[in-house]
Amino acid sequence: MNYEKLLSQRAQNLKPSPIRRFFDLAETMDNVISLGVGEPDFRTPWPIRSAAINTLERQSIFYGANSGLLELRKEISHYMERRFNLSYCPENEILVTVGGSEAVDLTFRTLLNPGDEVLITEPCFVCYAPLVEMADGVPVSLPTYEKNEFRLTAEDLKAKITPKTKLLMISYPNNPTGAIMRREDYEEIVKVLQGTDIFVLSDEIYCAMTYGTKHVSIAEFDGMRERTIVVNGFSKTFAMTGWRLGWMAAPAPIVAEARKIHQYGIMCAPMVSQRAALEALRHCDAEVAHMMEEYDHRRRFLLERFAEMGLSCFPAQGAFYLFPSIATTGMDGETFCEQLLQEERVAVVPGGAFGETGVNNIRISYAYSLKHLTEAANRMERFIARHAE
Amino acid sequence: MKELLQLLKQNARLSDAELAAMLGVTEQEVSKQISELEAAGVIRGYSVILDEELADRDAVSAYIELKVTPQPDCGFDELARIISGFEEVEGVTLMSGGYDLGITINGSGLRDIALFVAQRLATLDGVLSTRTHFVLKRYKDKGILIQEEPADERGVYQ
Repeated sequence: MNYEKLLSQRAQNLKPSPIRRFFDLAETMDNVISLGVGEPDFRTPWPIRSAAINTLERQSIFYGANSGLLELRKEISHYMERRFNLSYCPENEILVTVGGSEAVDLTFRTLLNPGDEVLITEPCFVCYAPLVEMADGVPVSLPTYEKNEFRLTAEDLKAKITPKTKLLMISYPNNPTGAIMRREDYEEIVKVLQGTDIFVLSDEIYCAMTYGTKHVSIAEFDGMRERTIVVNGFSKTFAMTGWRLGWMAAPAPIVAEARKIHQYGIMCAPMVSQRAALEALRHCDAEVAHMMEEYDHRRRFLLERFAEMGLSCFPAQGAFYLFPSIATTGMDGETFCEQLLQEERVAVVPGGAFGETGVNNIRISYAYSLKHLTEAANRMERFIARHAE
Repeated sequence: MKELLQLLKQNARLSDAELAAMLGVTEQEVSKQISELEAAGVIRGYSVILDEELADRDAVSAYIELKVTPQPDCGFDELARIISGFEEVEGVTLMSGGYDLGITINGSGLRDIALFVAQRLATLDGVLSTRTHFVLKRYKDKGILIQEEPADERGVYQ
């Protein structure tokens, strides 16, 4: 069969994830240490795992409600209220999904008509533009800049809005930069959006991971709740990546349409994960606080080390990434990463993988032990010193 | 201060500069806090966590339960002080429950330890009985794993 001719043109046009390339190369080498992984190094806290085991032992694992266990939706609603000042009705404004990424995908498919433009703030996680394309939308890159600490500004936003703009996609705390948006930053953005028909998709998967500041959601602002879809999940906050569980919270008419797509394509999110997640939301604040404390130590440690190496790095206040600029080395991100891997066996991701605006940066994940980070930093320091000569 | 102690417990060899970076304070502040903690006796010393088996294949450790008669004026303290004075003794703790003093001992062989218990501990005034447990394998010590670190199974899927 001529697959190229027969298979979906849209699917074939999707590019493979640019993060992968370096790791495929790294896998062929020995003694490589990585700062590339985008998931917590902590194991899922024991109470959550224990709840899953109890579920397996004592309960049947049937299909559940399409929207997710009502008990879990209630708990999610309560969590959003107590932690982030957001109020959503468990009955019809919350949909439990297979990870935050399904919720992102559903949002695009629920909102977009062919040709609708989606403004995607960059640098960003690599899945948004391909998913927009698969939903017949047109991804439009909306760059943010290091000089603004990768925050979105009203001017940059205004410049990209056209009559076709359907949706603004934001993700703060941000992967890959670690940037956050402060209340005063959002106030300006909100002014631009109020009175328009533009929706906002706010991917807040890292919202519990902020350092020295509390997460602010754009959905909190006047006139924003009606147009905002908040996406969140258990993966990062509770170290539950492999459990595949997230949610979307949005006005009822949006959730009702998304639920149809979810019902036909997925049926329901995994039931064992849903029952375990109840435990995460109810009893794991201390475990989460402990992980955050440790991430913060690592973040500060690396910022200090980068300063010593002469790499400029804005002091990211969220997620578990740093996004140092390597402009002073005279190399671009791709070259830097390739040589660093060849010469010192350290694998990091070139910033350009997350959007053009990051071509002179590299993404560093600190979801690693301090010992691991120390060794990686030492190797990087050696590399930079050698190339400065 | 709690955070500082936490970091030192995990790795007492972190430099003041590294600690300062991680805690977001100045190096001087760290060094001052550590001096104060030492002066106040909160920090009693710095040690190393060994995989004893690799460090010395013949080394043997034991945990000894001691039942004793408390003394009229000083309770268990006097006896605990005497036992703490033996060089072989690594740890002495007063326990609630089925016995009174818990003693950790390092020696270079089973016989060494058995003799120490019989000749030094059992003979002390006030000691009623002893019970010796030998350590067969250590999995974790002072929060540090004494085993191979599990391999990082995380892939690059995103």
